Parts: sequence; C-alpha cells; structure tokens
Amino acid sequence: MKALLKHRELILVAAIAVLIGLISLRFPAFIAPRNMVRVFDDTSILAILALGQMLVILTRCIDLSMAANLALCGMVMAMLNAAFPGIPMPLLLAVGISLGAGLGAINGLLVWKLDIPSIVVTLGTMTIFRGSIFLLSSGQWVNAHQMSDAFKALPRAVMLGLPVSSWIAIAVIGLFVLLMSRTPLGRSFYAVGVNPTASVYTGIDVGRTRFFAFTIAGAVAGLAGYLWVARYAVAYVDIAGGFELQIIAACVIGGISIAGGIGTVGGAVLGALFLGVVNNALPVINVSPFAQMAISGAVIVIAVIFNARNERKKGRIILKKAEKAEVAP
Amino acid sequence: MHKVLETEAAAPSLTLSGISKSFPGVKALDNIALELYPGQVTALIGENGAGKSTLVKIMTGIYQPDGGAITLNGQDITLPTAHAALGLGITAIHQETVLFDELSVAENIFLGHAPRTRFGMIDWRKLRAEAKDILASMGAPIDPNARLKDLSIANKHLVAVARALSIEAQIVIMDEPTAALSHKEIEELFVLIDLLKQDGKAILFISHKFDEIFRVADRYAVFRDGEMVGAGLMKDTEQSQLVRMMVGRSVERAFPKLDVTPGDVVLDVNNLSHPTEFEDISFSLREGEILGFYGLVGAGRTEVMQTLFGITKPSGGSVRLDGKPALAKNPAKAIESGIVYVPEERGRQGAITGLPIFQNISLPSLKKTSKSGFLRLAEEFALARKYSERLDLRASSLSQEVGTLSGGNQQKVVIGKWLATAPRVIILDEPTKGIDIGSKAAVHEFISELAADGLAIIMVSSELPEIMGMSDNVIVMREGRIAGRFAREHLDAETLVRTAAGIEGDPA
Amino acid sequence: MSAVSHSPRNIPDRLESPFKSALKSWEMLLIIVAIAIFVANSFASPYFLNPWSLSDATFNFTEKAIIALAMAMVIISGEIDLSVASIIALASTAMGFALQFGVDTPTLVAIGLLVGVACGAFNGMLVSGLGLPSIVVTIGTMSLFRGIAYIVLGDQAFRGYPSDFAFFGQGYVWWVISFELVLFLALAVVFYIILHRTSFGRSVFAIGNNPVAAQFSGIRVRRIKFILFILTGLMSGVAAVLLTSRLGSTRPSIAFAWELEVVTMVVLGGVSILGGAGSIFGVVIAAFIMGLVTFGLGLLNVPGIVMSIFIGLMLISVIGLPVVIRRVRARMAA
Repeated sequence: MKALLKHRELILVAAIAVLIGLISLRFPAFIAPRNMVRVFDDTSILAILALGQMLVILTRCIDLSMAANLALCGMVMAMLNAAFPGIPMPLLLAVGISLGAGLGAINGLLVWKLDIPSIVVTLGTMTIFRGSIFLLSSGQWVNAHQMSDAFKALPRAVMLGLPVSSWIAIAVIGLFVLLMSRTPLGRSFYAVGVNPTASVYTGIDVGRTRFFAFTIAGAVAGLAGYLWVARYAVAYVDIAGGFELQIIAACVIGGISIAGGIGTVGGAVLGALFLGVVNNALPVINVSPFAQMAISGAVIVIAVIFNARNERKKGRIILKKAEKAEVAP
Repeated sequence: MHKVLETEAAAPSLTLSGISKSFPGVKALDNIALELYPGQVTALIGENGAGKSTLVKIMTGIYQPDGGAITLNGQDITLPTAHAALGLGITAIHQETVLFDELSVAENIFLGHAPRTRFGMIDWRKLRAEAKDILASMGAPIDPNARLKDLSIANKHLVAVARALSIEAQIVIMDEPTAALSHKEIEELFVLIDLLKQDGKAILFISHKFDEIFRVADRYAVFRDGEMVGAGLMKDTEQSQLVRMMVGRSVERAFPKLDVTPGDVVLDVNNLSHPTEFEDISFSLREGEILGFYGLVGAGRTEVMQTLFGITKPSGGSVRLDGKPALAKNPAKAIESGIVYVPEERGRQGAITGLPIFQNISLPSLKKTSKSGFLRLAEEFALARKYSERLDLRASSLSQEVGTLSGGNQQKVVIGKWLATAPRVIILDEPTKGIDIGSKAAVHEFISELAADGLAIIMVSSELPEIMGMSDNVIVMREGRIAGRFAREHLDAETLVRTAAGIEGDPA
Repeated sequence: MSAVSHSPRNIPDRLESPFKSALKSWEMLLIIVAIAIFVANSFASPYFLNPWSLSDATFNFTEKAIIALAMAMVIISGEIDLSVASIIALASTAMGFALQFGVDTPTLVAIGLLVGVACGAFNGMLVSGLGLPSIVVTIGTMSLFRGIAYIVLGDQAFRGYPSDFAFFGQGYVWWVISFELVLFLALAVVFYIILHRTSFGRSVFAIGNNPVAAQFSGIRVRRIKFILFILTGLMSGVAAVLLTSRLGSTRPSIAFAWELEVVTMVVLGGVSILGGAGSIFGVVIAAFIMGLVTFGLGLLNVPGIVMSIFIGLMLISVIGLPVVIRRVRARMAA
C-alpha cells in the first residue's frame, strides 16, 4: 500500500508534467522558467493552506473556516499597517500568525472540549470570522496606498531567483515534512486518524491532537492572510471568499483521505500545484476564466473517484488457489 | 527495579484496593481488591457486564475510579491519563484491534515512545533496528516495515506483544487475546506469555474460555456484578467451582436439544462458489433440522452464509428454497423469500443501537407492519411485544433504546427482529458470542424450540460444546471448502477439531 | 443498563406518554426561543407587528427552508449535500437560457425542477452508486454546477422573465399570505409525513444510525440514499423557481453560500449532524427562528453580515450549550 501511495504521488507528478507539456506544445511561453516560477509563486498560498487543512483532515475533522480566518488576519494586519506603518514586518507577521493560531485554537477547543463535530464548529466560526471583519473595518477597504511599501514589497522581493512568498512556501513545506515524519506530534495526527480508540490506549489524547491540528491550520491561515493581502495589495471583507473549498479540493486531489489517517505532505503540495497549473493555464489557452470553477469542480469529482478506487478494501482471500493467484501477478 | 522483585516473588507488583466506579444508574465496580504478581498470570473471570472492562479502563488510565487506591511496587500511584499508565509500565493488549492498520509494524511498536535523536526528532533508523530486535527475540517472522493491515490477526497480536515488551511494561493486561485466533495461533500466544512471565512481568489474562485459563493462569480472580467474589491459586480450584462463583449458582452445561424428526428438504445448496472465498459448497437442510457449521475463524463459513443472504455475489452454483430458485440479489429479496441471517457482529451488523426496541424488531418486517408505505405503530408494538415475550427480553419499556440493554438482551432483540419476519430458514452466525452464561442458555433453549416448531436452522459456531450440543448434523469447513460432514450420533470432539484444522491421520 | 427490568409479560410500550416526552424535547425549547425572539422583536421595533412586514419577513427564509426540509432527511441518513445553492444557480441559469427561446411559464418551471432533479441524481449516483463520501462529492459538484452557470453567463445576467412567472416568488395567495409561505408549509407537512409516518422515513433513521445493520435488515440503503439526493435536488429546483421569480433575474452568483445557512437551519432544528436523529418539526421552527432573527436585526438596521455572526454563534451555542449544561450538572451531582 505504501508503494501504491508513492505511486499515487508519481501519478500526480506525471499528470502535472503532461498538463504542462500539452499546454506548452501550443504555447511554448508557458514552460519558460520565468512563467513556471510565477505559477509556483501563484500556488504558494494554496499549498501552505492545504498543508494546514491536511493536518485537520488527517484527524478525521474538517476546517471550513480557513479562508475566513485568512481574511480576518489579513485585514487585521493591513489595518495595523495602515494605522502604524512603523511596526516592523517581523512583529506584524508574528501578530498575524498568532492571531490565526488563536482563531484556530478556538475551533480546536470547541471540537476538543465540547465534542461538537468539526463541520458544525467551523461552519459557525466561518461566518463569525467574516462578520468580525466587517465589524472591525466597518465594511471599509484597506487599499494599496494605505499600506506601507515594506508591507507590499516583502512577498514580491526576489531572492535567488524566487520571490520571497515562494521561499516562505518552501520553508513551510520543509517544516511540515519535519513535523509529519520526525516528531511525535506529527505521527499522532496519523494515529488519531487511523484509529482513535487505539490512540487513546496508546496514550495519545485524541481531542488534544485535534486541537493542535486546528491551531496549526489557523497559524498557517494567518500567515497566508498576510501573503494574500500583501500580494493583491487590498483587504476587504470578502477576500478569499469560497477559497476554503479550493483548499479542500487541493487535499482531495493530493490523495488525503477524507476518512482520516491517510495523506502526505507531498500529496497536499502536489494537489495544490495541480490546481495552480490548471488555473494558470486557462487564460493562456484562451479559456474564459469563468470556466475555472467548473474545471476545479470536475477535477475534485474525478479525484474523489480515483481516491476511492485506491482505498477500496479487498475481500478476504480464503481459498488457497486464489491466494496463489493473488501472489503470481 | 523488577529484578529485585523477582527474588521476593511473594510481593505483588500491582495492588488495587477498595476500587469503586459508578456510572449514572449503575454501580460498575464496588470495592474491588486485586493483586498482580511478577512473573505470574492472573486470570480475570466474570460474565459480561461483571465489570472486567471497566477495571481494565481504570488500570490503563482511561477511567478514573470514584475511590480506592492503587500501588505499584509498594508505592501509591494515580493514573490520571492513559499516558500516565503507559509511563508507569502498564499496558493492555485488547480483544479488538487496538493498533494502527495504516502504519508500519515498527511504528505500531513504538508509537508514543519512539527513540529520539539529540534534537528531539524521531530516530527512525534506531526505531526500525529496535523493532527488528524485539520481533527477532520473540521469534516472530514479521517485517518491521510491513504495514500492519497486511498482517494476519495472529501476527497483529504478536506486534501488540512486541509493543508491550518495547515499553518495558511491568503489567500486561490481555483482554480476550485469543478471541479471533486459531488453535495453533493460541498455542503460539501461550509460548509468548511464558516469555513475558520469564521476563518478570505481571500478567492479567481475561478470557471466557476455561481450558485456556487452566492452561495459562497461575492465579484467578472472579468478578460478579461489579464485586470480587473470589480469588486464589489455580491449582486449588476446579472449573465447576469457578463457574459457580461466576454465576452465583451452579449451572448445568447441558444443552436443551429437543428431539425433532426432520421433515422435508427446505433449502438445497449446490456447488455454490466464490472466486476467492469458498467453492463447491453443497448441502441440504430440512424442516426442524439444526445444521451446525463448524470450523476455525476465517474458514469461509460467514462468507457462505452472507452469500445465501444476498450480501455477497457467488461466481457459480445454485440455491433452491422449497424447490424454487432462491439465490437472493440482496438481503431485502432474501428476507422476502424466507431466508434470514442473524449476523455475527451484533453491534455493527445486527442492532441499531440508537433506535428503540420496537423499531429494531419491526425493521425487517416494515412491509408487513405498514400499510401502503405508512407506518402503523400499533402493529409494530404488537409484533415487538410478541417476540420480546417469546425471547424473555428484559427491558423497562419497548421504547427503550437498544444500546442501553445488556449484551444478552441485545442479542435477543437481534434474533427477534429477524425471526419476526416469519422465515423458512434462519441462519444464526455465532449466536452466543460474547454474551453471559445465563443469556446463552436462554438462546440455546429458544433455538431448540424454533427447530421443534419446524423452522430450518443453520448455526455457525466456533464453540465446540455448542456445536455438539445443539446440531442434528454438522458440516466442517476448512479454507473455503467443506472438509467433513457428521451426523449427530457420530459427533466426536477430537474428529471435529482435527477436520477443522486439517490434521491427517486416524483420530484414535 | 436499565434500573428497572420487567418480566416479559408486562413490558410497557412506553414509559411516558408521547405528550409528556414532547414537552421535554428540543422542539419545545425551540418554540420557547422563537416566542422570546418574537416578543423581543415587537418591543425593539414598532414596525415589527405589522402584518405586511411580518409577511415580508417570511421571504427571508422560505426558499432556504424548503431545501432544509430535504436536507434534514439527507443529514439524518448520515450524508450531506453542500451543492444545493449551486443547483439553484444552475437551475436558474437553465431557466434563463430557455427564456431566450421564448418558452412559456409552465415550461420554465418544468426546466427548473428537471435540472434540480438531474443534479440531485448526479450527486446520488456518485454517493450511492460509487460509494463516495458525500461531503467531498458535493464540494466538488458545488463548484461544478455553479461553474457551469458561470461558463454560460460570465458576468452577464438573464432578465425579462414573463410577468406570470413573477407569481411564484412575489404572489400572494390570500391577503398577506404569500405563495412561498403556503408552498413551504404544504411541503413541510408532506416531508413530516414522509419522514415520521412512512416506512421510507423509518428506513432513513435506520440507515443514519447504522447503515450496515440497515442493509442486513433488508433495507435498500443505496436506493434510499439515491432518492434522498434526488429529493434534495428537486427541492433546490423548487427554490430556484421561487428565487428566480422573486428576483426577476439570474446571475451565476445567485444564492451564493446558501448551503451553509441551510445546514445551519437543519442543525439548529435538532438534526444530528452525525445522522440518525432529528425531526421535520424542529427544522420548521428553526427556519422561523432564523427568519425572525434576520428580520428583527434588519429592522434595527444591523447589516446582513453582522447577522451572520449571530447565526454562527447560535449554531455553535445551540450544539455546545447542552454539552456544557450536562457537564455542569454532572459536576454538581458529584
């Protein structure tokens, strides 16, 4: 099965390569390094959000409030920047990430301490977060001219040929690889998803593990909030509206099982990249941007069907001859 | 530390005293005292609902006792969390799979206490090497990198034992470890238990099977209704005494089989086959006959029965009911034609625990109790009343949720719901698995009555006494095929076991 | 385990009368909440008790509530359909598209309903036919259905619906009683009967509690789930007709994010998000509560987005409070 999962990531890599190949056959400019960098950079926000969502889905929960969390953190950072341009960027980022983590922790606490299903909790907090942005901003926009240059420039600054926002995404991916493969907490996300009952007997607190998943997802949303607002140089109530579904779509395409316990960092990132390539390719191949939504929808449906085929449980093999036949090919 | 204890074998490793635990409306444990000794196996005996699993949960830090004290090696301890219990070296090997199917064997062994590098990261190389060493020391031929879900149940148990060894547990609790194992695998488990004993571990062994208890235990403790009613050395007791303590009265283990002359052939199965699960299954079943299906767990009996019930599709063969083709496409069709199946897994396949008793009983018969699709509650209550009376159900009302009933009473509801469809053939898969002795006898008596009423009955069972006590004819299955057929007068325990296990040679 | 165990001859059908248990039910609590909000509203604004403004208030929720009736059954069966708002968008777009060919009102309505049924059947096929998790499937079809509407319409809109089409969303049956309200109440009765008075409804509860045991009991689990998704699609089609008629135009963003309000309505109505429990009556009262809150706050000039904070808080506290109360009680008893 492990081989099959790796195999699955290979399939995704191949699918992305074929996609890029096909497009560049007609439009060679698409595959130019500069454009590839742009596509990757464009996907960086989705990729880091998908990693946060992955943790939550692994523990058999779901976070529908990530995009609203992103929007709220982005708005707070933009307003802080507009009011006090003197706040140094690292401090501002720390505020945004902590705020995101705090909002995620609220989700986590409600799921952990009150046993409310995560879909209900995050459905509720999603509308509460969005409403709070309105209350904070009185419905006003924070526009480019109100933001400091440092605030807007950071993600676009180029280091070693890549924009900082891409480097941030790479750093987050690295941290997640470390978290998932090398720390007890990372392993406990899997354990809780695979078998919650057994986790309890293994000394893993299921609720507490979920709490951490939501908190980390929140922190990631806070970080993404900054990247989003700085990148588009505007903050208002509805930014990233509906983006929570794109995030889940990236996870599903990346092979993260909605039933929990199955999924990898590579899968989540590749899932996001796949969507990123599709979204960036549409204008190039002259498909109306309005088709983007339908295409991601179709991709999600196809990915779910594909996942289900891989996860399907085999029946028991009792007959000796069937056992041999199974081994032979 | 336990090296010291080995020399003074008289001192218990773990002592529980005055442990009580109540749940709303129920006193689960009342003033329990229990001692576990290093290098010894203590058998915990009791009917279902006697409080055994509550005690296990207290010992592993899942539940907190209302009162009482726990001492480990003479020191008072508390177990506020499962993590704390593990930290003190108390571990449990459970009846249900309590491991992680999607994770590797090595990770299953070390989850929660993995070796770390200097930077606090998991040291995978060391982890795999240590897992390999432990498995090798047990003589277990398991690849530490394999996924757990690719292992047999017996090998999963070995992984669980390896886990117990890896955390250097002092106290190992084995909660019905043999429930899903074959004879051979059970023997291998006993060898491992000896290994754990030699290592100085104190073992609590929970089982329903007396032969195992007498084979493996040094001491016993008997629970009844949340109280401890007796404890002592195995060598000073005998089976009937333990049973008496368990049920509070002496029980005659005679089976209430009534003599019935089987009537006409009802069910005729011919060459039924499945690509991977079974083949060439042929038998016939008469009115009033109880046909026992014996075999090891995983011999393909359940798979055959579920095919008759329309859950699994066969690749060939025929099924005839009263001479007419009756291979069901789905359970709905099977029930309609008069074949019903009472499944083995009561909680997952049988009872709908969140619904009241009457709705459970009427569920397969909704077509009959409703009128052109509309429910008629009076009919449902009447049906439920009829079958709860026949089955001697104990409940406060017919609107009580099935989940709040005891295991034995749940099983009565489950049998009742399929019986209420007035079938021609009833297939009972492990009808007395995991229920207390009192309910067991009631179910056996009831099965006999059904046969006397002319119902054709198939009884799948892995319990030899039950098969021998209840069946008119017995079919033994092995590896998906029929390995032998025996009439009641030729039933012999040793022959059945040999046939099921595939041991050649003359049984004499 | 029950404290009282009766000998078999006298197990009563019930321990307390249906009336008595109804008094202690979730629905009773909802009714009290509804009355409280009603009273609060009438104190807060002098315009509230006007029959016409009350009638206006119903338009806020009847379309969502009609979908909530079917959604309640889907959720009780252990599934969920997040694509309902997108079905509205697609069905409305299809009606607008047909309008270009000058079809009459009955045909328009038929197209709206048919597209709803087709979308529901597509969901149902994926969920019950292929056995896929409904939450992901319908997140996908949610993008797919609305995405098709965007492909057809882009940033344009369909306008110019016939004047007799306006009746469905703007017409009154009698005095202040709108067609939408009457239709909603009639459908509520139909759904009440289906869920609580038929063997189909009983099967839905059984499936939601334990799908495997339901299958073993001879219930056609897949078929019933398929029908439930079609039913949800159909109700979304009905809502599409009403909403399109009320607005008089179709944009692809029509009914955006309604799915969340519909699910909130259902959960607030006491339906377990885990499946297996709930009632139509509860959902109906929850619909009125949400309508009253929205309308009351609207009278106080509270913007819509702030109202959504109230809805979100209500959703969480309604599920969370019973847990807190149970905990506090347990602690006090100990």
